Amino acid sequence: MNGIGGVIAAVLVAGAQIAAVAVGGPLLVGVMRKVRCHIEGRVGPPIHQPLRDLRKLFSKQRMRPDQASWVFGVGPVVLVATAVLIAAISPLATTRPPLGQTADFFAIVFVLLLGSVALALAALDTGTPFGGMGSSRAMTIGALAEPALLVAILAMSIPAHTSNLPALVRIGLAHPQLIASPERFLALGSFLVVILAESGRLPVDNPSTHLELTMIHEAMVLEYAGPDLGLVILGESMRLALLLGLLVNLLIPWGIADRPGAAALVIGLGALVGKVVVAGIAIATFEVFTAKLRLFRLPELLAGAFVLAVVGAFTALVIR
Amino acid sequence: MSNLSLVITAIAGLSAAIAGCALPAKTRVQAAVAFTWGACIAALVGALAVLHTGHAMVLNSSRILPLTGVTMVLDPLGAVFVVITAVVAIASTLYWLGYASHGLSTRTASAALPIFVTSMLLVPAAGSVATFLWLWELMALSSLLLVLVDQRRREETRSAAQWYAVMTHAGASAILFALVMLSAHAGNQTFAAIRIHAVHLPAAVRNTAFLLALVGFGSKAGAVPLHVWLPKAHPEAPSPASALMSGAMVNLGIYGIVLVGDRLLGGGPAWWWLTVTAVGVVSALFGALHAATSTDLKRLLAYSTADNMGLVLIGIGASGLFATTGHPAIAAIAMVSALLLTVNHAAFKGSLFLSAGSVQVATGSRDLDRLGGLMRRMPITGVVFLVGGLAIAALPPLNGFVGEWLLFQSLLHGLPTSSTAVAIAVPVGVAALALTGGLTAAAFVKAIGVGFLGRPRSEGAATAHEVPRTMQLGAALLAGACVVLGVVPMIVLPALERAAAEVVPGAPAHSLRASVELRLAGLQGVLAPALLAAGLALAFVAVIAMRRLAQRRSHLRVALRRVEPWGCGRELQTARMQYTATSFAEPLQQVFDDVLRPDRDLDVSHLAESRYYTEKIAYRTSIGDVIEHNVYRPMIGAVNVWGQWARGLQNGSVHRYLAYGLVVLVVVLAVIV
Repeated sequence: MNGIGGVIAAVLVAGAQIAAVAVGGPLLVGVMRKVRCHIEGRVGPPIHQPLRDLRKLFSKQRMRPDQASWVFGVGPVVLVATAVLIAAISPLATTRPPLGQTADFFAIVFVLLLGSVALALAALDTGTPFGGMGSSRAMTIGALAEPALLVAILAMSIPAHTSNLPALVRIGLAHPQLIASPERFLALGSFLVVILAESGRLPVDNPSTHLELTMIHEAMVLEYAGPDLGLVILGESMRLALLLGLLVNLLIPWGIADRPGAAALVIGLGALVGKVVVAGIAIATFEVFTAKLRLFRLPELLAGAFVLAVVGAFTALVIR
Repeated sequence: MSNLSLVITAIAGLSAAIAGCALPAKTRVQAAVAFTWGACIAALVGALAVLHTGHAMVLNSSRILPLTGVTMVLDPLGAVFVVITAVVAIASTLYWLGYASHGLSTRTASAALPIFVTSMLLVPAAGSVATFLWLWELMALSSLLLVLVDQRRREETRSAAQWYAVMTHAGASAILFALVMLSAHAGNQTFAAIRIHAVHLPAAVRNTAFLLALVGFGSKAGAVPLHVWLPKAHPEAPSPASALMSGAMVNLGIYGIVLVGDRLLGGGPAWWWLTVTAVGVVSALFGALHAATSTDLKRLLAYSTADNMGLVLIGIGASGLFATTGHPAIAAIAMVSALLLTVNHAAFKGSLFLSAGSVQVATGSRDLDRLGGLMRRMPITGVVFLVGGLAIAALPPLNGFVGEWLLFQSLLHGLPTSSTAVAIAVPVGVAALALTGGLTAAAFVKAIGVGFLGRPRSEGAATAHEVPRTMQLGAALLAGACVVLGVVPMIVLPALERAAAEVVPGAPAHSLRASVELRLAGLQGVLAPALLAAGLALAFVAVIAMRRLAQRRSHLRVALRRVEPWGCGRELQTARMQYTATSFAEPLQQVFDDVLRPDRDLDVSHLAESRYYTEKIAYRTSIGDVIEHNVYRPMIGAVNVWGQWARGLQNGSVHRYLAYGLVVLVVVLAVIV
């Protein structure tokens, strides 16, 4: 890519990926709710209901707890901004996203962590018991999920000799035997558990709970209303879509655009949507048959994920 | 290379100490600070020149110290540490100007602080064993005086100083043994001579020297299990001194390990470096875990120092390991990451300790459970602490992130090409890095969130006011460094590369290619911190613009409304209903119960009339240091028992003492004859 044409192309690709994640994220949540309702024998809201909710929320007045500082308002903005940045530079629809060379897996994880920390700080800023409770639990789970996540990245990066995300996806395309290898499977299994934990899905957190004492994520955002709540919901759904998008592209990269051009990009977007929806349906189905784990049982789950990742890393070394 | 800068540093430092001692109270601190700055700037200029040219700065004088003389050689490795110390010292002394009225304007303190700074500036320039040990001891003693400043007002200070004195001198004697042993074998006490002779030393001597140095310098760096003085001395020292101790002094422990392990002995077998890595892993995890569960703000920061030094040790250990497996390029990257982590740590920990000091001055407390709501009352200090806290949690676009990325990359690329021991050590290192990262994030969300956000939990926090300008500026200087180093780490990387190339034998001159992007030479690993930061800023502005736009269209755009938060239907919400630091850390404390072993104490007293009614419930919980409790306390107990027993020998009777003399004389004669 060079010159002004290259820059425009890069901006267009980034815009397409951001738009896909920003619109697709809420729709993915809608799909997952629909699937759940369907299995439970209910009709459920239409798939685009989350988008309608967002439109309603963004047109409301902004509110802030009386003791809160500017951090409360900035938290959701940072959450969405980190998701937008990752959506722009990750290999979602194409293996050559703009700034793809700096889209290191390690970097992406820490950009995501920035969003989580911003929200956790904002929750403590409310000065209420629930904010602190949610924040404390979310940070605990985050801390315990981190080793599994990074060792999983290590396991995937060893055979590829890089932790660059687009490169990891490209290597999957070029050498399908790498994807079928045990270390990639083990690492992705671990990654999946981490995704469930980080995005507050069952069995870690119940996204549709109404009892404050059992909440994790919902307790953190209890004080948000109007546009700020809209940003939180948008940010969280974008993160879920992003993480699932990365997971499916690392597992089944086919369909992703590997060369420049509008046609390839459109096919890539279509493939991404298809793969993520399938993954979303699978998770929603799994959630119907799963109960939430006790908070103090979670370390076992995350330790399990960590063991998977470690075994993956050692396998990668042995097989080499 | 002119050695003028070393001379000026020493003279200015001495003048600062004399000014601090001799001048009247009004001008004492200003004069001492001015001279200290002179020393810092002179050292900074000299060190930057060394880093720029790559030529060492040499100073020899046989007239200063009797018998041994003074030998100073400032090479690029030492220059890195001089620059760190100088910058932290400039910020801390600026802060001192405003802080002085809070018990740091006595003659002793005003003289000890400049001496402390000057000795730290000169330690990395020492070129012989005697010079090194003199400066090292000067640094230890002057910092001990600074820890003792508050001893009249606080009982704990004396005990903390005692711990510090014992640990630092135990460490110093280990260092003494190591260095003297090496110089005895070399027959000469300059580092240059030791380096030449080290190759021919028997393995046993090399091993003993390295292990002794690791113990001695490890205790200075706060490596677990020698960290016990850190969480005692750092909190009790006045804040400018804690910032200097944590931002600059502990680094010199790292410098010492690199000096002896890599520079003097020229590297060693894999098990040395596996030991260093293991110590690093344990320190990182133990420190992070205690930081995550501490409620005293400065104690939390002190434990997090142990954690960060652990990460640096992982980097140094990895560098040594990769050098033994024949990968000098990756070893150099690991060394650069260790040095970068050290630089970063100085920047964020300095700003954190200084702003924690501001909090203590403004609220009269450093107990997080008595703070809260300070972001609105102390906006500048709040932002400085926020930046420092996010930086230490390795969040982009701040500096901690770049260092940890580099460490991760070196571990990743060193892994597939190495031996079995390395293959086991590296995933463990990565896991430790990750868990430490997560725990640190939790610790600093707690520190920022409970300390600065929400509602004030005490009268002191509710009536806090922003501290004097100089204090804000001193802390903000280092927070600014965190941002700059996070966005454009390239400004320091060439210097660190030069130092690393000197330390790692056979390393290429350029292990990194740093322009806008940070690229590992010959390997697939790229990071563009500036572009990431720009992308984040752009996304941030775009999201705010989008929110504004959505509201403009809605015709409902009214001012932000402040409302009462939801209290489950309860009308009155008090600050006591918030989560405290203790409650925030409770889940982590339960998860890591076996490691932390907290003391829990539940007292339920019943009414006299009936046991079914409780009169009051008292619950206490505290987390002590397991290592202090299980290793050091028994040791102290044994020493006490021995002391008690020895007292029996002395009952004041002259006859008995004469008898002792006779017995000793007989024994000596018997041995000689």
